[in-house]
Amino acid sequence: MQIIESPKMYDVIIVGSGAGGGMATKVLADAGLKVALVEAGSFFDPKDEKTRTQLKFPWESPRRGASTKRAFGDFDMSWGDWKVDGEPYTNKGDTDFYWWRARMLGGRTNHWGRISLRFGPTDFKHKDVDGLGDNWPIGYEDVKPYYDKLDKLIGVFGSKEGLPNDPDGFFLPPPKPRLHELYYIKGARKAGVKVIPSRLSILTKRINKERGVCFYCSQCNRSCSMYADFSAGSCLVFPAMKGGQVDLYTDSMVRTVVTNDEGKATGVSYIDKKDRREYQLRGKVVVLGASACSTARILMNSKSAQHPNGLGNSSDVVGRYLHDSTGASRSAFVPALMNRKKNYNEDGVGGMHIYSPWWLDNKKLDFPRGYHLEIWGGMGMPSYGFGYNISEMNKYIGGDIGGYGTKLREDVKRFYGATMGISGRGEAIADKDNRCEIDPNVVDQFGIPVLRFDYKWSDYERNQAKHMHQTFEEIFDGMGAEVMGTKPGADRDYGLAKPGQIIHEVGTTRMGDNPKTSVTNSMQQLHDAKNVFIVDAGPFVSQADKNCTWTIMALSMRTSEHIVEELKKMNL
Amino acid sequence: MVGTLAGASLGTAVGCETDSKAGVEEQAPVNTDETEYYGRTPEELAWDEKIKAEEYLNEHELATIAVLCDIILPATDTAGSAGEAGVPEFVEFIVKDLPSNQLPLRGGLMWLDTEANQRFNTVFKDGSNEQQMAIIEDIAYPDPDNKKPTMGPGIKFFNLIRNLTVTGYYTTKMGFDDLGYTGNYANIWDGVPPEVLAEHDVDYEETWLAKCVDQSKREEIAEWDEQGNLLT
Repeated sequence: MQIIESPKMYDVIIVGSGAGGGMATKVLADAGLKVALVEAGSFFDPKDEKTRTQLKFPWESPRRGASTKRAFGDFDMSWGDWKVDGEPYTNKGDTDFYWWRARMLGGRTNHWGRISLRFGPTDFKHKDVDGLGDNWPIGYEDVKPYYDKLDKLIGVFGSKEGLPNDPDGFFLPPPKPRLHELYYIKGARKAGVKVIPSRLSILTKRINKERGVCFYCSQCNRSCSMYADFSAGSCLVFPAMKGGQVDLYTDSMVRTVVTNDEGKATGVSYIDKKDRREYQLRGKVVVLGASACSTARILMNSKSAQHPNGLGNSSDVVGRYLHDSTGASRSAFVPALMNRKKNYNEDGVGGMHIYSPWWLDNKKLDFPRGYHLEIWGGMGMPSYGFGYNISEMNKYIGGDIGGYGTKLREDVKRFYGATMGISGRGEAIADKDNRCEIDPNVVDQFGIPVLRFDYKWSDYERNQAKHMHQTFEEIFDGMGAEVMGTKPGADRDYGLAKPGQIIHEVGTTRMGDNPKTSVTNSMQQLHDAKNVFIVDAGPFVSQADKNCTWTIMALSMRTSEHIVEELKKMNL
Repeated sequence: MVGTLAGASLGTAVGCETDSKAGVEEQAPVNTDETEYYGRTPEELAWDEKIKAEEYLNEHELATIAVLCDIILPATDTAGSAGEAGVPEFVEFIVKDLPSNQLPLRGGLMWLDTEANQRFNTVFKDGSNEQQMAIIEDIAYPDPDNKKPTMGPGIKFFNLIRNLTVTGYYTTKMGFDDLGYTGNYANIWDGVPPEVLAEHDVDYEETWLAKCVDQSKREEIAEWDEQGNLLT
């Protein structure tokens, strides 16, 4: 079967329509460039009634929202999760890596937590502090102008706090705390833990006429049909397409970047998932935003005489330094929140209204990097799993466990909204040996070799998780809550989540000034092919104790503006 | 069963002073589709159809489940029973959708019939109310001291059917009303109602509130000065 070549010549071909690819599409199309946007998933618009899950009730699903078909439940807006049909990945040895893929326009931004934190000055130069990992070749001052523009373009609520490593931005006003969050504030302060309003990319106030304002359904993970939260499709790709500069290719799975005799990229080769045939697009520049691991996979699969170890991989660094955020969680029972006399709607925005940024000095601790705390709880909407083992809560108040009838109804109501939880999300140390590589024996349903993960946590991360649990208990004590479950010990890595489970994988194509130890330069341009750029989280040198999306977008904006300039100068 | 947005919200709203809906309700999407269509992809729709067409539990088992569901959550003065909420139908579906429940449920139902036969020479569902409740009383509570050594499987089974009944019931409109869940509609959240705060040992601080959203200005387009101070 012949490869079908398009006669069209694009200025830029962008692979992936999530945070990084979506932002590149917006900047490059707005600059008047002819853009092909190639997405492995299907078309998705949160406004589409056929696929909308926002404001649906649990009884509209025969399984009441259970996670049979979607790992985070029926109403979560992600097509694809830890598993994608026909597209496996493998683990090496005793590695247990989890990889979430959303096969849809906008990718994982349709369901993400909207936690939008800037990296701070220390985050870019953390090796200077503790000697571990590497510094970024750029600093906060290089990225700040793009964070500023991003805040205004997309919208993020938060508060000006003047913290040294959690920089303020151009914030929309945050919502008031919920009841359990007020208890958290009390407990956290007793434990000496700082608390501030959360920073989420949800519009609590209008930023333009195209997007709506939050109506507090708490369902950002279902993707907002009013476009009041940030999803890459609704906030970047659709506005970019209005100018007519973008050809959108969905259900198009990029296999390789095609290069010429000089080693420069000439386009991409992709499989159309609908007819299962291979096509080629031609472009002057290729921008990869397929996600840290998918981009690494494309590069490693793009072998040629000029790039025998895969495109951009003369350093053998592609796929290495993979790291996810660390995570641990604990829940607690709050007696003061039992027997709510009056129920009221406390859905709020999609996620927490408050959070705790990292507040300690690692020099005094047995782990090198920090973590922040996320808070959950409240009188949320019931779905599958609601009320399971509810009667066992009686053990905390000396009540009778078990029963049925009136007693059971009373138990359900007594304990409704009286549990809450805290999750720690921290920074791991990037390790050269933690990697994804091409599995030499396995292909997906399109015949494309798949990724194999090889990843181990170190004591840096395990000790951090141990500390998280100490913190959870101190805060819960401070708010008069009873910690639930048992404290995980060394046998369970102190409750540390498996790598990949926090869905912040970064670092696989890290940036640097030295082509022998990095994949891209500080403009996220391949050292080995100057017309190929990477705009996902692959170029991250380190993760910070922040979530990665806001920095992916700021850096994608920076790289995209650079591409516009370089094309003008005929440098590519 | 698909309520319109307005119907759902008016039916459950309890008139919170701080919970204004003015101006936002008409912006929100309205559930108008009457086909139990809840945003599925074509593959997911096909899965649902396949599962619905399958049969697992037989007529006798389903009839027994219906009896159990109404023992676990009978009707009250203000709320309907589990049967009226359609819980048996939910259980019928969910054991096919989540097959890990199948063996514990089928085996547990058979255990229950065996127990009823041994005690009363009848299957459970055909026993008198007194006979049924005699068995239920023996399996509805945990037995940490092993006082009823032969009841272990029954206790485990009853816990499963109780969990499925509670989750099935409180994920219906009837369950929402009984629980008092009043959300899932377009509104303008403006904090915990003052009378609720008054009942608790926490309060809003002036310095914190000063940072928070002024909902009267939510429709004014945001503008900032160069230092990032919000001007509008």
